Order: sequence, then C-alpha cells, then structure tokens
Amino acid sequence: MMSGGNAAPPEQEYPGGLKTDLTLALPGGAETPKPPAKRGFSDTADLKLGCSCEDEASAVTQPPPPKAQVVGWPPVRSYRKNMMMKIGKFVKVAVDGAPYLRKVDLELYTSYQELLAALEAMFACLTICNVVNERKIMDSTNGKEEYVPTYEDKDGDWMLVGDVPWKMFVESCKRLRLMKSSEAVGLAPKSTSSKGSSTK
Amino acid sequence: MAYSFPEEVLEHVFSFLTSDKDRNAVCLVCKSWYEIERWCRRRIFVGNCYAVSPEIVIRRFPEVRAVEIKGKPHFADFNLVPEGWGAYVYPWVAAMSAAYPLLEEIKLKRMVVTDESLELISKSFKNFKVLVLSSCEGFTTDGLASIAANCRNLRELDLRESEVEDLSGHWLSHFPDNYTSLVSLNISCLGSEVSFSALERLVARSPNLRTLRLNRAVPLEKLPNLLRRAPQLVELGTGAYSAEIRSDTYSNLAEAFSACKQLKGLSGFWDVVPSYLPAMLHVCSGITSLNLSYATIQSPDLVQLVTQCRNLQRLWVLDYIEDSGLEALAASCKDLQELRVFPSDPFGAVPNVSLTEQGLVSVSEGCPKLQSVLYFCRQMSNAALVAIARNRPKLIRFRLCILEPRVPDYLTLEPLDTGFGAIVENCKELRRLSLSGLLTDRVFKYIGTHAKKLEMLSIAFAGDSDLGLHHVLSGCESLRKLEIRDCPFGDKALLANAAKLETMRSLWMSSCSVSYGACKLLGQKLPRLNVEVIDERGPPDSRPESCPVERLYVYRTVSGRRVDMPGFVWTMDEDASLRFS
Repeated sequence: MMSGGNAAPPEQEYPGGLKTDLTLALPGGAETPKPPAKRGFSDTADLKLGCSCEDEASAVTQPPPPKAQVVGWPPVRSYRKNMMMKIGKFVKVAVDGAPYLRKVDLELYTSYQELLAALEAMFACLTICNVVNERKIMDSTNGKEEYVPTYEDKDGDWMLVGDVPWKMFVESCKRLRLMKSSEAVGLAPKSTSSKGSSTK
Repeated sequence: MAYSFPEEVLEHVFSFLTSDKDRNAVCLVCKSWYEIERWCRRRIFVGNCYAVSPEIVIRRFPEVRAVEIKGKPHFADFNLVPEGWGAYVYPWVAAMSAAYPLLEEIKLKRMVVTDESLELISKSFKNFKVLVLSSCEGFTTDGLASIAANCRNLRELDLRESEVEDLSGHWLSHFPDNYTSLVSLNISCLGSEVSFSALERLVARSPNLRTLRLNRAVPLEKLPNLLRRAPQLVELGTGAYSAEIRSDTYSNLAEAFSACKQLKGLSGFWDVVPSYLPAMLHVCSGITSLNLSYATIQSPDLVQLVTQCRNLQRLWVLDYIEDSGLEALAASCKDLQELRVFPSDPFGAVPNVSLTEQGLVSVSEGCPKLQSVLYFCRQMSNAALVAIARNRPKLIRFRLCILEPRVPDYLTLEPLDTGFGAIVENCKELRRLSLSGLLTDRVFKYIGTHAKKLEMLSIAFAGDSDLGLHHVLSGCESLRKLEIRDCPFGDKALLANAAKLETMRSLWMSSCSVSYGACKLLGQKLPRLNVEVIDERGPPDSRPESCPVERLYVYRTVSGRRVDMPGFVWTMDEDASLRFS
C-alpha cells in the first residue's frame, strides 16, 4: 500500500530492508495517488494503461469481460503458438508506397469478401477496390488513392485478385500486393481460360 | 613466496578451470594471475548484451574462441517487448571479426541477427565451428547460404526456435561437395521445404553426424532415406509424422529405425498418424529425451509410446497425456528428471482434456529423480503443492502456469500461498520458480524467507502491495533475474531495495505501479544501472511524474546507456532531468 507523499522513510516501514538514503519525494507536493485496484482483464488486454493520475477518484476496476485475451498470457511462446496452428498459408502483403510488410494466412478465409475485409482492416487507412464486384478499376475518388489487390501466382505472373475460384487462388497465390490503382492499368481481369487449367 | 610458478605452468593449471565463477575468482588473487588468466580465457558468456560492450570484452580477453550472448528479456517470448527494441548482434560480430580471427563458436539467444551478420561471420572466422541461434530473428535463408558456403569447418548449425524468413530451400546446396564435418544440424524451425536431395547428399557425406532435426516439411516417406545414411544418429527430430497408410512405407520406416542403435533423443512429430508410431518402438528403450510437445496424439497411443521409453530422463509433452498418462509415466519411467506439460488449447474457455494437479502429484510421487518441472493446467490446490514439495525436496526448477490468472485453490478457495510456501521451504536447492494462481503478499514473505538459492523468479497477477516485492528483493540472496507483470508493486519497495538491483542481472516490471518519478530517481542515484522505461504512449515526461510507466527494464551494466534505443525506450540517468526540461 502506498501512503501519501509524506510517508516515513522506507526502512521504518520495511524492517530489515536495506538502508538507503533514497526517499520518494515527489515534486510539487502532489498527493501520491492510490495504486490502481486489481486490474480487470480489459485493462491489461490493452497495454495503453489509463493513467490513474488523470482521475481524482481512485482507478475504477472494470469487471472482466467474458474471455478477453490478455497480452502474453498464458505464457506460451509465439513460436509454439505458430507451430501448433495448422500449417496455414501465409503470404506477404506489400502495399505500394508503404515501407511495411504484413503477412496473412489465406487459410483463415473462405472467400474473397472475407480476405478483402481483412485487408481493409489491416490497412485501415487505405481504400481497397473490391474488384470482385466491380468490373472495372475505379478512378480515385475524394482525392484518396485507391488500391487494387493483386497477387503473384505460382508461375510468377501478376494477376488481379478475384480472377479465379477462391480455392484455386489460395493454392496458387505466392504473395499479395496492393497496387495503386493508377498503376494497375495493364491488369484488367483476364478471362479464366488460360489460368483456369486445373492445378493440383 | 619468493618464487612463483612460471606463467606457462599457471596457464596450464588455469586451463582446467572451466567455470566462469572459478576463473573470476582466480582473477582476484593478484595482478599477475589476473593478467595470465585473461590471456588464456577462451569462453565468454554475456548474459545481457547491454551489460558490457564488445570493446570492453575484447580489451580484457584477447584470445577468446567461443562466445555466448543473450539479448532480449525473457518476457519478449510472450510479446511483452515491442518490435525493434534492440539486441542486435551486428556490433558484436563486427568487433569480433577484427579481434578474434580464430573464433570458433557463437551462441546467441533472443537476439536480432541479420543476413549481413551471418555473412560477416562466415567470412571472418576461418576455423568457425559452431553456430547456435536460439529464439533469434532477423535473418533469411540467404544468410544461411553464406554460412553453408563459407564455413568449411562447420560442425554445428542449430537454429532452434528462431524466426527465419524462408526465401528458398536451396541454401542447403551451398555446402560444398567436399564438406564433410557436419556433426549437428537443427532446421526444425524452417517453414518451407529444403531441397531434399541436397539434404540427402549432405547426410550421406557426414560420417560424424550425431544430431539431425528436420523441419515439418520433410515427409515421413523420405525419412528412411536419411536414417539409412546416418544410422549413427544420437538425436533425431522427425518432420511431419504422417503419410498415407501403406505397408511398404511402414516397413521401410521400421527397418530404418531398427538400424539406428544409438538413438537417445527424439523430437519433431508434427501431424502424427498414430499407425506409424509402432515403427519406432524398437528404439524406445534407448531413448532418454523425448519431445512430443507438438504431437497431437492422444491416449492410448501417446501413453503407449511414452511408457515404452523406460529410460526416459526428459519428457516434453502436450496435456493430451492427461492425469492417467502421467500416472502411467510415473510407474514406468523411474529415471525421469525433467517434465514439461504444455497446453493444447491455452485460450479455450473450457478444459478440453482431463489434466489436473493430480497428474503432477503422481509424477512427484513416482519419479525419485524429478528435478525440473514446467506444468500448464487449469486447477491447483495447496494440498497438491504441499504433497509435491514433500515428495520432491530436490526440485531445482518449478514453473507452474495455471491458465486463468488469480485462480484460487479450487478445493478451499483460498490463495495458493501455503502451497508455494511449502515448495520454497522444502526445496532448498530451488533455483527457478514461476508462480501463478491467486497469491497474496504472504507467498512473497515465504519466498523471501526460504528461497535462498533462488536465481530466477517470474511473477504475474500476484500480490497485494509493495510489501510483496520488498520481501523478494530483501530476502532472496541469490536472485539474479526477476520478471514481474500485472502486480500492484510500486515505488516504495523498489527504492528501498535499489542497491539490490546492482547485484542482479536484470529486473523487468510491466503493468505494475512504478511511477516515472521513481524511475528517474533510480536512474539518477544508481549510475551503474541502466533504468529503461518502455512506453508506447509517448515520452514519459508528457505525463505527470506520478504516472506509472508501462514497462520498466533495469539491468546492471559497465558500458553506460544504450546508444541504439528505439523511440519508445528512454534511459533514466543523471541527465534525464536536463533532457526532459
């Protein structure tokens, strides 16, 4: 329990503790705030701790939500977590003009809709053209650059996402690239004839 | 003494000293022993890469042949350390490439290793023999290709649990045709296929190969090809243990296994098809180490396999083994020293297996040599912990993880203080302890009072107040590493025991109640510590001084503050107040 700012020196509170001339003297004579009560899971799940000194009252304990996942608990290494998952089909996602790469597991999704929704969530600042429904690539609207999802297939060709049946896509996709729509001119959706040959 | 031994004699005597502790003691005897010893020290262990700089190491020990370095704090394994925190090996490699041309061994743990570093290693050390990268990241298969191509004398390449970017499986082909000195290869962490024919040829021309740990992508049907070429293997890690059920595949496998008369260790076993397990039964009697922690096999196959290994000393397994399997283990494997039981469904809300505290109690009763335990489960009682403590007073490592935080004794609904208290009181040689479940300050009083040999303590979601932390810091004389998360520990105990921190390797505290003001104070008063605040909310001085920091990492160092900190890490030192004004 932390007492107020004018507490007795530490060694009197903790007999047998190491003597030290350190004291906790807070500037401005501010009251030491009470420590936050035991954290509910929702507090720990989001590591951006609400600073308890922002409220006058002591920190509010929130009731733990149903099954919030706490970061890093239980302590299972990511290596192990990854190994325990099904192998999955992880492909890199590059975004034109952005320095960061992400990875998605294509096996988590069952349709192009789901994949595009996930990509939009992942790159929340972009607008991703849904080429499955729209027959042509839209020009940028509102001045916002739009991105067209493309992928590199097993043969090394770059294709528009949505060309082939979903399962075939998962099989043949090696990596994804969200291309600026202004650059995606040459990638009009192809007919499925040449790429539609059966791939094992 | 008017005469002392000639230097060469002393050097020869010192060469028998292998432990760092002994060598460090020798250095303190007199100046000439210090000088002689430093010239003949061949192995260096750096437990925290920021505790000392490569320059200081090289200046003191000019003739080193083997280096082991650890980087990120342990909690980095659980995503508590943000990306880009540090632990780069490149500065070490760069310095050593100039200073230690005869370097033979590099072992790294939790460090960031780039392809550039690997290439530099491969070109700088003509006699390079051993590379072990444990839980490292930052490199690709291109880096491995440099190692393969240039390290003519390589004996060991062990990538255990590292994160490697798989650009191509062809790196293995870079081992030259006349390269025959391989003794140990561990590629189990690699995601995609390596060129199997290259692997086969490599194994065939490596008569000294003792350890071969394959990755998941190596199919079971091809395993016999490798085993036939390496019947002298002592440790084998299979790839995926599944194949279409065919009698020729089975008989090939069984025959290949039966030719391996020296096998002592087995691992791998991803995607197990149980019908293929009996192919291994002949080797079981020799097995001392068995890692089934990725094997999703259940009883009865799992138990049959484990109990066949009567000489087992180490078992890593998933909780599919259940209480009944552990009871059978306790009855069959009397030499068991180490048991690790991992959770098959750590995030599931309800138990998927019948594994409780009882399994661990059975093993503690039946296995007289048990000294090391890591156990994930969903319920625990003080009675069980007391029983375990009384059964096995020689325990050295006890790590219990009850999946749900703050869960009490399920029988009495009391905290588990008494149970863990019994562990520390009975197990006087305990060196490592991880706590879980509902715990008050009392458990820390027990720990401070009894755990005098404890070196590493992990605490999560426990305690009531600073008194808890104070008990640990003031009582645990041998404490070197303390890691704490989500506990109501704050400034008082830390500041009252500040000097203790200089006797430890490191302290980690995240989601606790340590204020920025206290961190500054600590940093200012103890210049031999690096007091680092990790906070992704932005500069700590943009919030009141009483505001708790997100994460705190304190470690002793002789090289001053880090120079490679990312934007979310701040060092608290004498200049802190100046810089933040």
